[in-house]
Amino acid sequence: MPTTLTLRAQAAAEAASRPDAWAGWRRRWALRLPLLPALLVTVALTQLPFAMTLYYSLQRWNLLSLRPRRFVGLHNFVAAFNDSTFLHALGNTLLMTGSIVVCSVLAGTLLAVGLNRPFLGRNLLRTLAITPFFIMPVAAALFWKAALFDPSFGLFGWLTASLGLGRINWLSQHPMVSVVMISAWQWSSFVLMIILAGLQSFPEEVEEAALVDGATRAQIFRLLTLPHLRPFLELSALLVAMYALENFAAISQLTAGGPAYATTNLSYYVYLQAFSAFSIGRASAYGAVSLLVALALVTPLLRLVSGILRLEGR
Amino acid sequence: MSRLERARRDTRFGAAAAAATFGSLLMVAPIIWMVLTSLKTEEQAVSFPPALLFRPTLAHYRAALDDAFAGFALNSLLAAGLSTLIVIALAVPAAYALSVRPVAQWRDALFFFISTKMMPIAAGIVPLYLIARTLGLLNSLAVLVLLYVGMNLPLAIWMIRSFMIELPRELLEAARVDGAGPMREIGSIILPLIRPGLASTTLLCFLFAWNEYFLAVNFTSTTGTLTVFLQRFLSFGRLYTAQVAAVATLVNIPVVAAGWLAQRNLVRGLTFGAVK
Amino acid sequence: MFRSNGARWLVVIGCAAGLGWPLAATAQDKIVLTVAMAANPQMETAEKLVDAFYAQHPGITVRFQTLPENELRPTVLKDVATNSGQFDVVMIGSYEVPLWAQKGWLVDLSTHLLKNDPGYDADDLLKPIANLMTWKTDMYGLPFYGSSSFMFYRKDLFRAAGLSMPEHPTWQQIAGFSAKLNQPQHGVSGICLRGVPGWGQNLAAITTVINTFGGSWFDQSWRPQLTAPATVQAVKFYVDLLRSSGEPDAAKDGWQECLQLFTQGRAAMWYDDTVFAGPALDQAAPTVRGNIGFALAPHDRTAYSGWLWSWALSIPKTSRHVQAAWDFISWLTSKDYIKLAGEKAGWGQVPPGSRRSTYEIPAYQAATASYGDLTLQSIAHADPLHPTVMAVPYTGVQYVSIPEFVQIGDFVSQQIAGAISGSLSVKQALSASQAKTSQIMDDSGYTN
Repeated sequence: MPTTLTLRAQAAAEAASRPDAWAGWRRRWALRLPLLPALLVTVALTQLPFAMTLYYSLQRWNLLSLRPRRFVGLHNFVAAFNDSTFLHALGNTLLMTGSIVVCSVLAGTLLAVGLNRPFLGRNLLRTLAITPFFIMPVAAALFWKAALFDPSFGLFGWLTASLGLGRINWLSQHPMVSVVMISAWQWSSFVLMIILAGLQSFPEEVEEAALVDGATRAQIFRLLTLPHLRPFLELSALLVAMYALENFAAISQLTAGGPAYATTNLSYYVYLQAFSAFSIGRASAYGAVSLLVALALVTPLLRLVSGILRLEGR
Repeated sequence: MSRLERARRDTRFGAAAAAATFGSLLMVAPIIWMVLTSLKTEEQAVSFPPALLFRPTLAHYRAALDDAFAGFALNSLLAAGLSTLIVIALAVPAAYALSVRPVAQWRDALFFFISTKMMPIAAGIVPLYLIARTLGLLNSLAVLVLLYVGMNLPLAIWMIRSFMIELPRELLEAARVDGAGPMREIGSIILPLIRPGLASTTLLCFLFAWNEYFLAVNFTSTTGTLTVFLQRFLSFGRLYTAQVAAVATLVNIPVVAAGWLAQRNLVRGLTFGAVK
Repeated sequence: MFRSNGARWLVVIGCAAGLGWPLAATAQDKIVLTVAMAANPQMETAEKLVDAFYAQHPGITVRFQTLPENELRPTVLKDVATNSGQFDVVMIGSYEVPLWAQKGWLVDLSTHLLKNDPGYDADDLLKPIANLMTWKTDMYGLPFYGSSSFMFYRKDLFRAAGLSMPEHPTWQQIAGFSAKLNQPQHGVSGICLRGVPGWGQNLAAITTVINTFGGSWFDQSWRPQLTAPATVQAVKFYVDLLRSSGEPDAAKDGWQECLQLFTQGRAAMWYDDTVFAGPALDQAAPTVRGNIGFALAPHDRTAYSGWLWSWALSIPKTSRHVQAAWDFISWLTSKDYIKLAGEKAGWGQVPPGSRRSTYEIPAYQAATASYGDLTLQSIAHADPLHPTVMAVPYTGVQYVSIPEFVQIGDFVSQQIAGAISGSLSVKQALSASQAKTSQIMDDSGYTN
């Protein structure tokens, strides 16, 4: 049975022969040190409130109610799955987020391809096309509601009437389309920029060589450009999905989540529980479930995007 | 290439350019309409058919600027600016620790940072509100700065890391052989190399903080940002379309201008390390 | 890169200035009152006239936090319920006053403040409105304005169609008028009604229709009555009226949208709050302005059906400046303020429906000749204690005075908005509403 003396002697011997052992510990912590401030700040700002959210989710607590707060275990979580509106919101989330991602990636990519090669006025057009991304979403939503979607006063009403389609009641009859329209409009600009970055990083020599070899533009696009663009497309899909999940300003200003909860997504429904019903326990539980849903949605996308989980750039 | 083929290519190119022109104009049309509307009187703004020719008025802009706009704008600037500064200061070393000299569990750390963006903020708002209240930070810029740091940090770490990954190993090895410590390495070598990426990250974080609505409206009242200011114009029960357009245009001018000026950098910086 | 650097310097300088700001503020001796208020025309006037308050109370500064009604409620409630103390004065609805008083969140105004301020003349307040502010005989809010609901209509359009609006119409008559006046080809709808979801939006109007058609929200045992025949008939009437001759895209329209539509000549009639009469006349397009007439709220089986509402100014218990807050709210609801607002901003902008003396001012009577009397009548006849044909266990005309009502109301209003937009039938909307309401009432212990 080795005595502590021998162990210590052994350790000392090892340290002498491998001076990195103690230095190894120091080195690991030296590596971690730059990460620590960001990590600590994030933990303080997100995990502490999250822990409190979990704590509240186990209680029945309604700010307005005259009944006292009490512990109810997993009741709120069970209630989530019995709540038809919650399930409706879940479906809406998938539909809304999916539509926004598909529309903005499509529109952004088409625009990027069109704006990639120089022509007269291209720079100005590109500047104009990226502008929607910078507009404050709540300001855009307010304006779209008042001046574009309004069937009596809005521009779209006039356009569709001129096209013989009559004055469409956008926000009542096509609420999801309206919300997706305005969100995709803003995010397409973002995708446009990312895909432009991708296209600009595609070496011209390769394209020229292929042309010389007799390939058509369509073939070049399909067989060379698209594969090169793949990581950019995945990346933009991921980013748009992440931000579209928390789509709030458009929903709250355009439709207040309706009619009949047609445009309520999970994030908005949690908001309604917290700020309309003041059911803090429920809101916390629903929020925790939403977190799981979001993770389930985004994690596979994360794995796809090859850039994230690599260590080396080349 | 034969003349026929070249002509065909040019037509197709012309068609693509035309389509791109149409698409871009379509994208910017709502914004142009917003600016036009802001210059109309309220009656003109709701006229049918929509008025394309009219005498412009700056009355709505004057109304918006008279009303405490400057104070709220300054708050927006401070909240967005300070939080972005802090975010960059925290994200650069963190990204360094996840790329150039990575910690062992860098994958987990990265995943953790990204996962913090996954929960709907409304669920955490009551705890955050209570914490802010206990610390006496309600209706202050400090609470917004803190919240925006939390909001933007994951994105910044991710973006900056992706630029650091691109850096040629040889350069960094050479510096290390020269005896440069991490601080020198970051400061004199890495930062200058990733400058465009840093610029685009800064712009994005500033933009998201400037445009942020939910937290600003819930945590501040009189010390609010421009998104809170917008609420004041959500009609005092009067016609408001043109007024909304004017305020909406005003609040967007700084970031749109910044975006336009920095667009080259922004586009270059949005590669996120997906480049080979 | 310059942009980055320049921005950073700007921020550094701004930092120094910004951090010094709050310090500068606290260095002064003034009491700073933070007031949360709704964005309506009368409050905008109040903000403009605050200098008169400063003249009387030089040691107080007021900071206004204006919010649209939807945001005001959660913002204020969040603050008050967590004892956060951001606000010294809050503007809350008459729905909130008794409930919040019961929760102990509001300062009791009757015990000291009112007693020590004889000049306030609380007896001058209109009785029904003052009652809304009361819980267990004490007042917990001062009414900024009081209102009921009535009909706005276009006299010229009626004349042109050979119709005439009785002073006290029935809903059936209104439906008939609306059908005849509906001219979608000219962009004019027969009527404009609230359709947007919200317990205080479409549901306010719909509840009054339910009441007057003989329906109710609950029976004496608190069982929801949303699928009872009278209730279904009322909701069906409202939805059908909107879909057949109401404004297009009604499910997005609240009072703001209808105000805009009516004053711009896009609707022949509008059923809404009496407080909008003055602003409507002010904002109306020139062709519309001289042609606006008013009538009492349409009724069916009850004698009167107008709602009863007041925006109250209350003091949260967490306020650190209760006396200064009282000074402010008593000024804002005083006879002097009403005279000031009338003279400075026009008599149409004066907060209506709060004091009897307002209606005795000759200039006010002259300016509000077309609607002043009708407003008083409507308020006088609204009875929150007996809103329905049969007996019910609750009070409140256009809402039910229980804490759960917001949650119930928001859900039901969403369903009805769905029916208005056509994505649901009325039957589906009401069944879903009945189920949800039953579940909430059960959860909250009313029905078990």
